[in-house]
Amino acid sequence: MKFGQPSTLPRWAQLTILPALNLLAALLVTGVVTWVIGENPLECLKILVHGALGYGEGIGYTLFYTTDFIFTGLAVAAAFHAGLFNIGGEGQAYLAGLGITLTVFAFDKVLPFWILMPLCMLAAMAFGAAWAYIPAWLQARRGSHIVVTTIMFNFISYSLMLYLIGHQLIEPGSQNPTTREFGQNAWMPAMQNILAGIGISIPSTPLNGTFFLALIACVLFYLVVWHSRWGYELRTVGTNEHAARYAGMNVTKIIILAMCASGALSGLASVNELLGSTHRMNVLFTNGIGFVGVAVALMGRNHPVGIILSALLFGALTQGGLDLSFAKPMITREMVLLIEGLVILFCGGLENLFEPILASFFKRGK
Amino acid sequence: MEQLISLLDSTIRVSTPLVLAALAGLFSERSGVVDIGLEGKMLTAAFASAAVAYATGNPWLGLLAGMFAATMLSMLHALVSVTYNGNQLISGMAVNTIASGITPVLGLAWFQQGGNSPQLDDVARFHEINLPFADSIANVPVIGQIYSGLLSGHCILVYLAFLVVLPLVTWTVYCSRFGLRLRAVGENPHAADTAGISVVRIRYLALLCNGMLCGMAGTFLSVYQTGSFIKEMTAGKGFLALAALIFGKWRPTYAVMGCLLFAFADAVQIRLEGVPLPFIGEIPSQFIQVIPYVLTVLLLAGFVGRAVAPKAIGIPFVKSR
Repeated sequence: MKFGQPSTLPRWAQLTILPALNLLAALLVTGVVTWVIGENPLECLKILVHGALGYGEGIGYTLFYTTDFIFTGLAVAAAFHAGLFNIGGEGQAYLAGLGITLTVFAFDKVLPFWILMPLCMLAAMAFGAAWAYIPAWLQARRGSHIVVTTIMFNFISYSLMLYLIGHQLIEPGSQNPTTREFGQNAWMPAMQNILAGIGISIPSTPLNGTFFLALIACVLFYLVVWHSRWGYELRTVGTNEHAARYAGMNVTKIIILAMCASGALSGLASVNELLGSTHRMNVLFTNGIGFVGVAVALMGRNHPVGIILSALLFGALTQGGLDLSFAKPMITREMVLLIEGLVILFCGGLENLFEPILASFFKRGK
Repeated sequence: MEQLISLLDSTIRVSTPLVLAALAGLFSERSGVVDIGLEGKMLTAAFASAAVAYATGNPWLGLLAGMFAATMLSMLHALVSVTYNGNQLISGMAVNTIASGITPVLGLAWFQQGGNSPQLDDVARFHEINLPFADSIANVPVIGQIYSGLLSGHCILVYLAFLVVLPLVTWTVYCSRFGLRLRAVGENPHAADTAGISVVRIRYLALLCNGMLCGMAGTFLSVYQTGSFIKEMTAGKGFLALAALIFGKWRPTYAVMGCLLFAFADAVQIRLEGVPLPFIGEIPSQFIQVIPYVLTVLLLAGFVGRAVAPKAIGIPFVKSR
């Protein structure tokens, strides 16, 4: 399995024109669908943009979703660099929620915030990584295909978590399958509270401190993947596994570590959702964020800067799409799924569609 | 006895869409194109067939529409993975996501029922067919019970799937010229190419069959089983079919047995819901739901037998010059 064949395009064009063109194609198709169902695409786009970026609360929600997508995008990218397609981010994030919940339930009566919060993050990363470890081990040692295994693991995680939430962790006396509320010492500080501390007042949204964590994760991702020995090995395995093995790298170990890093990053998205926003675990709280990560990583070309930008795009689409569905009763929020699918199609599947056209254009220019 | 028959009866009913989808996947994967988009194609077919059956009042037109819609997505998948040599997994995922997006969007716009379709009228649905004499010999022990309880009283698509599609697919894959070429292209496309077989043509044809069968599977769900389209109604059945296909080691009969096994587990689970068993107590339904997925993982890992995929699966064919 190879991703991102060597391109003949100049690097800047690869990183700017190509994603823009792909996004444009996706939006164009969505526009046609919007027109078919009898709405004005431009008007819808205007409502969507305003809903996502036009007012304080909208921006807060956009950045909240962006935080999720940065983590899941980085997760998919980490595996991509090793030549692996981790489609199991959803299940890994779900299991990370279990890690968080168990940690909170065990310690939120005894430990203070400063110890409990890092502990929860570690638990999220450990559970996410552990759920990715099994498919990784199976791929590296037993040769079972990682995509199929991670798909199966997504379903296994659904069943497992439905059982655990429905039968074991459910709040006593509650009708809904949801856990009890976490203690306040396990709440990630909300952005409005953090900024109020330095005298800036913003509207109250679920946006929280995890956002900074996501940005730090991007920097670390860049340093590790492009400026560390391990990152070099990771990319070598992704480019040519045989060469890596011949050069004396431990391919098995690198595949397993890459998947664990991927699972841990997915897990951090749950920190944002559970500790930052809902403060309790619901059934299916992940709500597809793991799958959005695939679109984000593909569009961001597996680079942190690209991932931040495309996470922002999908955050804006998610939030703007919600606003749009309120404003237009004829449009559902699944419209965003359609855009997401088209982005995956154009950026991932049809990556060879626009590139030769562009490449010949650049050649002629020389 | 009666319990057992009704259990097997629902096994057949539940397995039908799985069988159709697994055989659909078989065509594609045997030709060397991975298909994780079965789920999306079934969902789209379920929507298209329900919409057309609702509008025309004719289930057969619904079936046609479902097959057409699923084939369109198959062709998209073929365009990406055969013509543009794109990543087949990503393409499949795109198909799934697009299907999850477009069906509720169009559904809401056309029917204003939160993305679902209205309940279909009786004439617009497929119905159970009673085989001749089913009622009159229902009281004959064993044979009569099996005939009237198990074999009779299914929808036409069930009979089509088991009596027409399955033998036809088995014959096509193993005994026909197209089947030989299909397998050759999936195992070693370069050799097939050298022998003068057009890899592109075979893969497109395989995906054409794939789309038509997915369309039947989706139609079964909406136009027969529930009698309406419901958002995300496939609920992982496409992946379950994929699991059955792997479980059957990419062979038609074994894949169908995998589907029957998974469907049986499902039928048992529905009956065990809330019923305490001796010694073990009540089994949570999730424990049984998870069985197919765990089995597939174990099988892929070679812990229970070994599933060897077609050799060229997932690799775009680039004709050497």
